[in-house]
Amino acid sequence: MSHDTDKTRSEPQRRQILKGAAAVLASGMFPAIHAQEKITLRYLGTAVNQDKTIAEKFEADTGIKIQYVAVTTDEVTKRAITAPNSFDLIDTEYFSLKKIIPTGNLLGIDSRRIKNADKITSLFTQGTVAGKAVGDQGTAPKKVMYLEKPESKKFASAPTPFMTLIPTVYNADTLGIRPDLIKRPINSWAELLNPEFKGKAAILNIPSIGIMDAAMVVEDLGLYKYPDKGNMTKAEIDLTIRTLVEAKKAGQFRALWKDFNESVNLMASGEVVIQSMWSPAVTAVRTKGIACNFQPLKEGYRAWAAGFGLPKTLSGRKLDGAYEFINWFLDGWAGAYLNRQGYYSAVLDTAKAKMDAYEWAYWMEGKPAAKDIKNPTGDVLAKAGSVRDGGSYEQRMGSIACWNAVMDENEYMVRKWNEFVAA
Amino acid sequence: MSTAASVSPRSDPGIHPWWQALPFAAVFLAFFVIPLGLVLMVSFWDFNEYELLPAFTWRNYVSMWEGCGRLNEYGDFCVTLSTYLSTLKFALLSWALTLVLGFALAYFLAFHVHSVGMQTLLFVLCTVPFWTSNVIRMIAWVPLLGRNGLLNQGLEATGLIRQPLEWLLFSDFSVLLAYVHLYTMFMIVPIFNSMMRIDRSLLEAARDAGASAWQTLWNVIVPLSRTGILIGSIFIITIVMGDFVTVGVMGGQQIASIGKMIQVQTSYLQFPLAAANAVVLLLTVLMIVWGLTRVVDIRKEL
Repeated sequence: MSHDTDKTRSEPQRRQILKGAAAVLASGMFPAIHAQEKITLRYLGTAVNQDKTIAEKFEADTGIKIQYVAVTTDEVTKRAITAPNSFDLIDTEYFSLKKIIPTGNLLGIDSRRIKNADKITSLFTQGTVAGKAVGDQGTAPKKVMYLEKPESKKFASAPTPFMTLIPTVYNADTLGIRPDLIKRPINSWAELLNPEFKGKAAILNIPSIGIMDAAMVVEDLGLYKYPDKGNMTKAEIDLTIRTLVEAKKAGQFRALWKDFNESVNLMASGEVVIQSMWSPAVTAVRTKGIACNFQPLKEGYRAWAAGFGLPKTLSGRKLDGAYEFINWFLDGWAGAYLNRQGYYSAVLDTAKAKMDAYEWAYWMEGKPAAKDIKNPTGDVLAKAGSVRDGGSYEQRMGSIACWNAVMDENEYMVRKWNEFVAA
Repeated sequence: MSTAASVSPRSDPGIHPWWQALPFAAVFLAFFVIPLGLVLMVSFWDFNEYELLPAFTWRNYVSMWEGCGRLNEYGDFCVTLSTYLSTLKFALLSWALTLVLGFALAYFLAFHVHSVGMQTLLFVLCTVPFWTSNVIRMIAWVPLLGRNGLLNQGLEATGLIRQPLEWLLFSDFSVLLAYVHLYTMFMIVPIFNSMMRIDRSLLEAARDAGASAWQTLWNVIVPLSRTGILIGSIFIITIVMGDFVTVGVMGGQQIASIGKMIQVQTSYLQFPLAAANAVVLLLTVLMIVWGLTRVVDIRKEL
């Protein structure tokens, strides 16, 4: 009896379920079940490069989700070394590689799986711009670009198929100035310590970078010629720090800055008229309607570069997804997006294809803007007729004097830098 | 027999109090004692560019004090010593200023404002500085104190000064101003709390006995508020000794602090050095707190 009633009750249920399943299939929800398994890549890097628009565009193009993990430059290195399982893709600066690669936490990227690998600018692969060698003091990318084997903990001296990082963005830094308050041409690094700007100068308080800016000044003042500004001896560090301490005691510096926004505030408020600066910070001051130049100097620029690396723990679909992302990134859309922000992209040809001719002429060829130049969000950065500071790509990147670096005497350098701050 | 039975629960409370203490003890152990032990351990480790090397070395402590036996080429103390002196100077100055201010404000609130409603309202007013984020609050000083800031413009307009005052911002003055602005509240609250517990009849008695207002203040109120003063002092000193954000923003990153030194070291993966620094800082602060508790026996007073 009871068995019968059960059967009559369960039968319609079973039919309903079947019907429901058929409806789900018919309505095309089956792919949705598939999509739930779609991968998410945890992208570790600094906020500067982690643009929401890029992640959205990539997801729309490929269905792979990007989850940004935004930390400071130092923290990126720290996590790569101490927590290599906490990310699927790392965007780090080339100079950090001297710390990260010996830990074996990164896997050499197989350039045969990167479609545009051979189109990556020669600045990275050979250290040349338009056939001319540029300065390679410090951690020049070409010195740390290749590994002998994918699992190697040592850099290869000649190109191999295994790349440490695939470049994302790079640029060359110089001094930022307020032309309206200085009222005369500035053309050398020595001006940073010129007593004329006493109490109105600022320097970067990130020891490894700040000391290189200081070294540019020291060389320019004729005090000393460094064999390698990016790798000083103890005596050279002493000399450089002494110059800084003397300037500080004489009241040269209004402030030191560490954060992008601090440098913008110092400059925009007029507290400082000359300081070491980053290109997007200059842009930020300008969008406030305040005159600010990213001043080309006769001694050249201090360059930096960042790139994608893969952690050794990555495998399977996530590894494939990471390769897909890198390939997509070099394919032009992202490059064009970054070029419009004043950075440079790794593969120039593909980016050029995605930019308007007048944009390319302004950003890359150093020509006067034919129309108003807008940033990716639509704000006007430069009026028609203006010319980009530093001129064309060849002019700017061709004038690189040195690269951001980690020194062998890093510990001593940091200690001496603390001495400068305390002086 | 019966007395023994009634006494025994008191002399031997059994295991229950231990159970009651366990949750907090566990939290304390997991989040304070063990991390602190790790810091102590790492401070004796060796390190290179990219990894910590377990070892037992005094290297971190030695390198901290390198060159401290003499003055350096500019006639200054070594970096560690001058950094500690600078931080101690700020701790002492901000302690003195917040004490005077905090005591005066708490006194006013406790003895001159009679309605509880008004007291609450004024208290809320005192918390106004905390209504915005720490960083915004500090950055907001720039347009006020800067070279082209409101204060300088105002003074120039009145003809009091010809050149803008440079020392208003990115100086010892601005750092101290920010500390006082931020932390006076930590002095007001415990002092106010002590003052509210003073029996008002004591003040009447003092007046009846012919004490002047100053004598009452000095001989009755101050001694009876000392736990509040002590707790406030501990707050201020520990906060200022460990601070690196305020001193960075307000000092234009040009003023050294121990916290900043530790932060720079951790960001360059020099964890053992940072740990050694942290241990020395902790010992220094503990010594100060120990000294303060010698002056006032906080357990007896609370």
